[in-house]
Amino acid sequence: MQNPAEPISSINPDEVAKFEAMAAEWWDPAGKFKPLHLMNPCRLDYIIGQIAAEYGRDRASLRPFEGLRLLDIGCGGGLLSEPMARLGAEVVGADAAPRNIPVARLHAEAQGLEIDYRNTTAEALAAAGERFDVVLNMEVVEHVADPQAFLTTCQQLLKTGGLMVCSTLNRNPKSWMMAIFGAERVMRWLPVGTHDWAKFITPDELYALIRSAGLDPVDRKGMVFNPVSWRWSLSARDLSVNYVTASVKR
Amino acid sequence: MKHDSDVVIAGGGLNGPALALALAGAGLRVSVVDAQAPRARAAAGFDGRAYALAIASQRLLAAVGVWPAVSAKAQPIWHVHAADGRAGERSAPFGLRFDAAELEGGPVGYMLEDRFLAVALADAMAASARISFIPATSVIAQEPGSAGVSVTLSDGRGLTARVLVGADGRRSEVAERAGIRRTGWGYGQTALVCALDHERPHNGVAQQVFLPTGPLAILPLPGNRSSIVWSETDANARTLASLADADFLALLRTRLGDHLGPIALAGPRFSYPLNLTLANAYVAPRVALVGDAAHGVHPIAGQGLNLGLRDVAVLAEVLVEAARRGEDIGAADVLDRYQGWRRVDATLLALSMDAVNKLFSNDNPLLRAGRDLGLGLVQSAPFLRRAFMRQAAGLSANPPRLLAGQQL
Repeated sequence: MQNPAEPISSINPDEVAKFEAMAAEWWDPAGKFKPLHLMNPCRLDYIIGQIAAEYGRDRASLRPFEGLRLLDIGCGGGLLSEPMARLGAEVVGADAAPRNIPVARLHAEAQGLEIDYRNTTAEALAAAGERFDVVLNMEVVEHVADPQAFLTTCQQLLKTGGLMVCSTLNRNPKSWMMAIFGAERVMRWLPVGTHDWAKFITPDELYALIRSAGLDPVDRKGMVFNPVSWRWSLSARDLSVNYVTASVKR
Repeated sequence: MKHDSDVVIAGGGLNGPALALALAGAGLRVSVVDAQAPRARAAAGFDGRAYALAIASQRLLAAVGVWPAVSAKAQPIWHVHAADGRAGERSAPFGLRFDAAELEGGPVGYMLEDRFLAVALADAMAASARISFIPATSVIAQEPGSAGVSVTLSDGRGLTARVLVGADGRRSEVAERAGIRRTGWGYGQTALVCALDHERPHNGVAQQVFLPTGPLAILPLPGNRSSIVWSETDANARTLASLADADFLALLRTRLGDHLGPIALAGPRFSYPLNLTLANAYVAPRVALVGDAAHGVHPIAGQGLNLGLRDVAVLAEVLVEAARRGEDIGAADVLDRYQGWRRVDATLLALSMDAVNKLFSNDNPLLRAGRDLGLGLVQSAPFLRRAFMRQAAGLSANPPRLLAGQQL
């Protein structure tokens, strides 16, 4: 099915096998990144709904995002970049971790998708004058050193009228129980130390940061895991652990 | 990789084409590979085969655009009359009677001949630019991969797609090649199927008579004609099948009663051995099963096609939702959603039909009294009767959109 003989620039051919194994790991719904795969349909539903609403696109169309330029910050193996490219968006996937880029490239190529993956940072892209219709900033802000500076950079990366979708984790006793104790120590869904609870941000704090960055927050929803159906779903009321926001650059 | 189509469907019976139409209607590209030669249009006479379509199935056919072509040829079922009868006697007095008015209004189902449904599905596929129909060809090999599935056809051609659907019947080769094992058993029963012309009108009443050796269904077709599904022990069925038409009709008359007046055969007689076969999984890497490939059931109450169309509705909804989310529609987590939604329902229904059949195919006097009492109780409790009917009509609590008649 795949065509690994196709040369990919910047990759040492000897490394391809290693990257293929890593891609397989990223994309195994039952593997190391299982929690992301579980959450992905819920995140995608939110992102797609917000983009379609902002740009007046038909969600029943199979390529509704034709003509939109989208940046996926912290793209990892491409779990969000690939769906966005399938829906017709022109996608730039950026990740500061160098080893993620060839992995994501290899997988996208096998899928027949054209995605511009770059080993770079939001700051470098903004400095280079890159501008986008949509910036995805999913589960990133709780990992950066200076959230305000990071969100301001995201604002610079948007065209006027552009949309940023930003998700993170709330900071309260429940989120410590769920995200730190539950996900890292009990379920072992995430390596211990993945998250620093003190860096989690409450929805009101995030709205304030977004406003200071020069964006208008337009929507926020909780993402809630149901242990009976084993599924994530969006909630208008429960933003107590995971939540996602949409903001527009006016 | 770029695929020839999004979905390859092995099997061009009824479920395969219905699925193709549902997917193509939402924008997906589909190849349907059918081992049969294309059916001769219009020329086909009545061959005695007909389906009892639940309302949910009729809604699906409407949602995929096929119903207008067959609605004038379908017989609405206004009442279902289920009764317990003993060989050689009339039905027991405590019968179970369903009236259409107890559902949301309209008939409880429709009878539709195979020749009309098959042709309407074929015509609709031919009219779709997104469906490629490949007749007189079969899938002989399949190779799942991380980005799709490669399929080899009997004419030597290769096709690639995101997902391969096995709609290839109870001896599904797609399932076998995917390593999906089956569980099944015979009933020791054979269904004798034929159509009758009769003098008096059936008034749109479908009857199910539970005889000690197996159920007898009398299902109304347009005009003064009915479809008969008479299940008997294998030994009895062999004897009945070998009888001359006149002798067969004479015996059938004793079970039918005389409400239809004089009867005559309206076509050839068929016999089908009854068995249950359940696939141990509905999905495998890049593979999903629908219809008899997933669960071949006893045709009691005509649930075989109705169950298959429920698979079609759920799989179509899962795949189209995934496509609209930009997901790889053949990825394992997407196919697992189909299996999770569908499998419990189909297995329970298959086993409960098995249990109903075993309960009624028994002449133990105690069981018989219990049956009559039980049917009488269901009859006297409207909410129980409506629940029973809803289940039989396929209108469960949280149906997939196509079964509610909605577009995907």
